[in-house]
Amino acid sequence: MKKILTLALTAALAVSTLAGCSGNQKSGTVNTDGSTSMADVMGALTEAFKGKEPNITVNYSGTGSGSGISGVLDGTCDIGLSSRELKQEEMDKGAVAHIVALDGVAVVLNPKNTVTDLTTEQIADIFTGKISSWSELGGADAPIAIYGREDGSGTRSAFEEIVGVEGMCAYTNEYGSTGDVIGNVASNENAIGYASLSAVDSSVTAAKVNGVTPSEATVKDGSYTIQRPFVMVTKKDAQLSEAAQTFLDFAMSEEAAEYIAAAGAVYPN
Amino acid sequence: MQVLFTLCGLAAVGFVLLITVYLVISGIPAIQKVGLFDFLFGQTWAASQDRYGIFPLILTSVYGTAGAIVIGVPIGFFTAVFLAKVAPKKVANVIRPAVSLLAGIPSVVYGLVGMCVLVPALREWLNLPAGDSLLAAIIVLAVMILPSVISLSETALEAVPKEYEEASLALGATKLDTYFRVSAPAAKSGIAAAVVLGIGRAIGEAMAIMMVAGNVANMPELTRSVRFLTTGISIELNYSQDGSLQRQALFSIGLVLFLFTMLINAFLNLVLKREKER
Repeated sequence: MKKILTLALTAALAVSTLAGCSGNQKSGTVNTDGSTSMADVMGALTEAFKGKEPNITVNYSGTGSGSGISGVLDGTCDIGLSSRELKQEEMDKGAVAHIVALDGVAVVLNPKNTVTDLTTEQIADIFTGKISSWSELGGADAPIAIYGREDGSGTRSAFEEIVGVEGMCAYTNEYGSTGDVIGNVASNENAIGYASLSAVDSSVTAAKVNGVTPSEATVKDGSYTIQRPFVMVTKKDAQLSEAAQTFLDFAMSEEAAEYIAAAGAVYPN
Repeated sequence: MQVLFTLCGLAAVGFVLLITVYLVISGIPAIQKVGLFDFLFGQTWAASQDRYGIFPLILTSVYGTAGAIVIGVPIGFFTAVFLAKVAPKKVANVIRPAVSLLAGIPSVVYGLVGMCVLVPALREWLNLPAGDSLLAAIIVLAVMILPSVISLSETALEAVPKEYEEASLALGATKLDTYFRVSAPAAKSGIAAAVVLGIGRAIGEAMAIMMVAGNVANMPELTRSVRFLTTGISIELNYSQDGSLQRQALFSIGLVLFLFTMLINAFLNLVLKREKER
C-alpha cells in the first residue's frame, strides 16, 4: 500500500514539474545598473519578482545614478536606476523616466525642542554651521548638535543633495545607522538629525519643512520638499527584452506597492 | 598524536599569515592610489570627495590611548599596591574578583554605559552641544584597561622578594616609602609590561568608543567628536561599495592599525624578555 502511494505521489510530482515547464513562464536575464540608494528598493522588488517569475534573473549593480543612466543609453544594461530626476540633456538623448518610488527624508528633532518648523534655507544654514544656536531660531539658548550619517550612506547623500549642502556639513557626530541617529536625537535636547521617513518613530519630532509636515501623503503630492524620486530609466526607441519589460511592468504595478513600502519608500501612483 | 598537535600549532601560525597577507594585499592598492604621504598625513577624510587622509585618525588613536594610560595606569598601579601590600586579606578578597569581573565585561556594555551615563553627563557639565568626545572615549578606555594593569602590576609586586622590603623596613623606612622606593622599582619591568598591555588593549578597541566618540574625522580636541583608526573602519564598512576606493582605503587603515599593534606586541615581548633574563 505504502509503495503504491509513494509511486502515485512521485508520478504526481513529476507531472506537476512538467506542467511548470509547459506553462507560459518567461525566462531571461535583466541587467539593472545605477543608484546605490535604490539598493533596498531593488532588493525588495527583485526578491518579490523571483517568487513570481522564477526563471527571470534580475541583476543589480550599484554604480551611481549618472552611470546607470549613461549605461542604459549606451545599451550596456537593460534598465538604468536613478535616484534623481532626469536632466533635460539626458531626456534629449532618449532617456525615459518611470518613477517607481519616492523617498522622503525627515529632519528629526528632540521632542523637547520648541522649534518644530524650519525652512529649507534654515536647515541648510544649521547643517553648514552658519546657525549654531537654537536661540537664533526662536528656541532655547543652547548650542545645536548636528547628527548625521557616515560618508557613503544613501540617506546622507540624499539629504545633502536635496538641501544643497553636499560636502559642506559641519557634523557634530556621525552614526553608522538610521536607528543610531534617531536614538541619539531622542536623548539629546539640542540635537538635529535626518532619517528616512519610514524609520521615524514617536521618540523624535519630524520637523515641518516650509510649513509642511512630512508624511506619506505630503511626499506623494510633492508638498514636502525633502524627497527624491527613484526612477527606472529606459531608452526611447529601444525595444526592451521580454524579461526586462515584465520586470518593469511588475515594478510599476500596484502589486509592487507593499514591497516598496517595506523597503522604506513611498509608492507614487 | 604528535601530528595532531603539530597541525593545531600550524593552524594558529597559518591564520596569522593568512590575515597578514590578506591585509597587505587589500591594503596596498588604496595607499598606492592616494599616495603614502597623502594617506598617512592628509588631514581630510571625506569619501564623497575622494579624499582619504588618516592623520586625524592616527592622532586620535595616539591621543586617546595616551589619555587612557595617563588616567588608567596610576589608578591601576595604586590599586595593585593596595591589593598586594596594604589591603587586609578579607578586603583584597572582595576587590580582586571585582577587578576580574571588570575584565570580563563585554566592550559593548562599556560603550552602552558610556553612551547612556557618561555622554549626557559630560554634555551637562561642560555645556557642550553633544557629549560624544575624545574625553568620553579616554574615560571609557581608562576604565577598560584597568583590569589588565591591576592584575599584571599586582603579580609583579608580589614577586618582589620579601627580604628587600624587610631590609628597607629594618633601616627605618616607613611602609609607604618601602612600597614606592623599594617594591615598585624592583617590580618595574612587570609594571612596564602592564602599561604596554594596556596600550595594546586601548588602541585596538572599537565597539565601546564608537558609541561615545561621535565619529567625525576631526583633528583631535578633548571636547569634540573624533574618529579612531578602529572606528574609522567599522563605521564606514557597511555602506562602502565593494571594490571602491573607499572600501580599499578602509583596508589600508586596517593595515596601519595592524602595524601599530605589531609594534606594540614586539615591544611587549622585549619588555617581558628582559624581565625573564633578570
